[in-house]
Amino acid sequence: MTAPAGCVAVVGAGQAGLQLATTLRALGYDGRVVLVGAEPALPYQRPPLSKAYLAGTVPAEDLALRDPAYLAEQGVELVAGRRVVGATLTGVGGVLRLDDGVVLGFDRLALTTGATARRLPVPGAGLPGVLGLRSVADAEQLRSGLAEAADVVVVGGGFVGLEVAATARAQGKRVHVVEAADRLLARVVAAPFSAHVRAWHESRGTTVLTGASVSALDGTDRVTGVVLGDGRTLAADLVVTGVGAVPDVALAQALGLEVERGIVTDAAGRTSHPHVVAAGDCTVQPHPHLPGRGLGIESVNNAVEQASAAAAVLLDQEPAPRGVPWFWSNQGELRLQTAGIADGHDQVVVRGDGGADGTGRLTVLYYRAGRLIAADVAGNPRDFNAARDALAHGLSVDPEAARDAGVPLKSLVEDPSAPAPTGPALAAHLTNGP
Amino acid sequence: MPTIEFTCPDGSHRTVEARVGASVMETAVKLGVPGIVGECGGGLSCATCHVFVDADQIDLTGPATDFEEEMLEDAVTPPTELSRLSCQITMTDALDGLRVSIAKEQQ
Repeated sequence: MTAPAGCVAVVGAGQAGLQLATTLRALGYDGRVVLVGAEPALPYQRPPLSKAYLAGTVPAEDLALRDPAYLAEQGVELVAGRRVVGATLTGVGGVLRLDDGVVLGFDRLALTTGATARRLPVPGAGLPGVLGLRSVADAEQLRSGLAEAADVVVVGGGFVGLEVAATARAQGKRVHVVEAADRLLARVVAAPFSAHVRAWHESRGTTVLTGASVSALDGTDRVTGVVLGDGRTLAADLVVTGVGAVPDVALAQALGLEVERGIVTDAAGRTSHPHVVAAGDCTVQPHPHLPGRGLGIESVNNAVEQASAAAAVLLDQEPAPRGVPWFWSNQGELRLQTAGIADGHDQVVVRGDGGADGTGRLTVLYYRAGRLIAADVAGNPRDFNAARDALAHGLSVDPEAARDAGVPLKSLVEDPSAPAPTGPALAAHLTNGP
Repeated sequence: MPTIEFTCPDGSHRTVEARVGASVMETAVKLGVPGIVGECGGGLSCATCHVFVDADQIDLTGPATDFEEEMLEDAVTPPTELSRLSCQITMTDALDGLRVSIAKEQQ
């Protein structure tokens, strides 16, 4: 081991921070590992916050990612419920100042500060009954709000908003989803996939309004309605805002690191400072298809992989190669899985029709310059696994052949750079065929 | 608390106590049992918590459901009729003493 002997400080005790801390140990680091988190709880899982936890079927203690006994065994010192209020980098390391006055010296620093839910920039957004969802504390408030509510309006038709909508609808609430774009999940999926997701939610009784802006939230002591751009007002006793997240970059900026929308890193979490890494929702990393552009990837998979790589970087070890980015979203019985990064595609292939009520199977394959770059899959693990496997091996799928949903996707995976069969070989193949 | 006995990929055994209502995957991940990754946290989306249930106990846990079976088809270690995704096995007192072997190639 070449570096560092003394102490690694990890700021942010979410999925990425925990992963970074435990990977340092797995890679053989034997110095101090201090994990500083602003929230009082042990590092916990966020995906259930909009689903099982919100529905009340999972207790808070089950959200913890690791048992305290395991953290102790690993020698990860968790400093929970403390904010970093100041930080300095020196030539060899630096110091963090915490809000309780503690000063923590470190040799290397990791920033896994996450992101904050974006607030709705309209009058009334601060009224009681208007909630975002990011932390377990948010989810607790939302859960008790749901118990009382009859009319729920979800502002924002992204993954979190739709997961909350499905959970609320399953509890019998009247649910409206209000989305400013002309379709759901517009930033991340192609139109046929949006239509499928919409059909599922509508068949369950949720009202989906697209192309609908919110101009204000009504109410005096508490929210009572959502005023739309066209003047209509939707009754609401609970408003959930799912309008994106803003990377938490304040500390990185204070330290003089390069920051765009998030902390600028490479795929392995290297920042512009040689002794500082960053990982997870607080970062932007090189876009895989659009050179020169940065990409924020908010997913558990990214948090885990980027943090693991960043741990290796801090120890001057070669990071393991990154896998295929992937993501999932369960909205009631609707199971969505994504492999790869679709942004930058120039062609789309649809497999299956998904059914009028969205309960069927639907796969959308994304291509760039004739090669498969991503897949969105509803209710079809075989297609998801085949696409993920193809991407992992640098292989593709013939777009024309893939349109036939009756043909297993796995059987169509091919090497697009392999030379095409020559005349005689093709003839021989045909002769020997069944 | 019901116990679970894991046979880890390196052949070692580890017995842990599980909370009733928690899944086998969650229990393993929280305590750092090697070989169970559980990246999707039980979302039935990653197939990184593949285990083989002891043949004498598969009737207690039941076999994989349809969606689970499709996820298992492409797991790193090929599945058998004893395969389950451990995130889909919820611990109960009736499962006290459950024995599962962790799929070998699972990192």
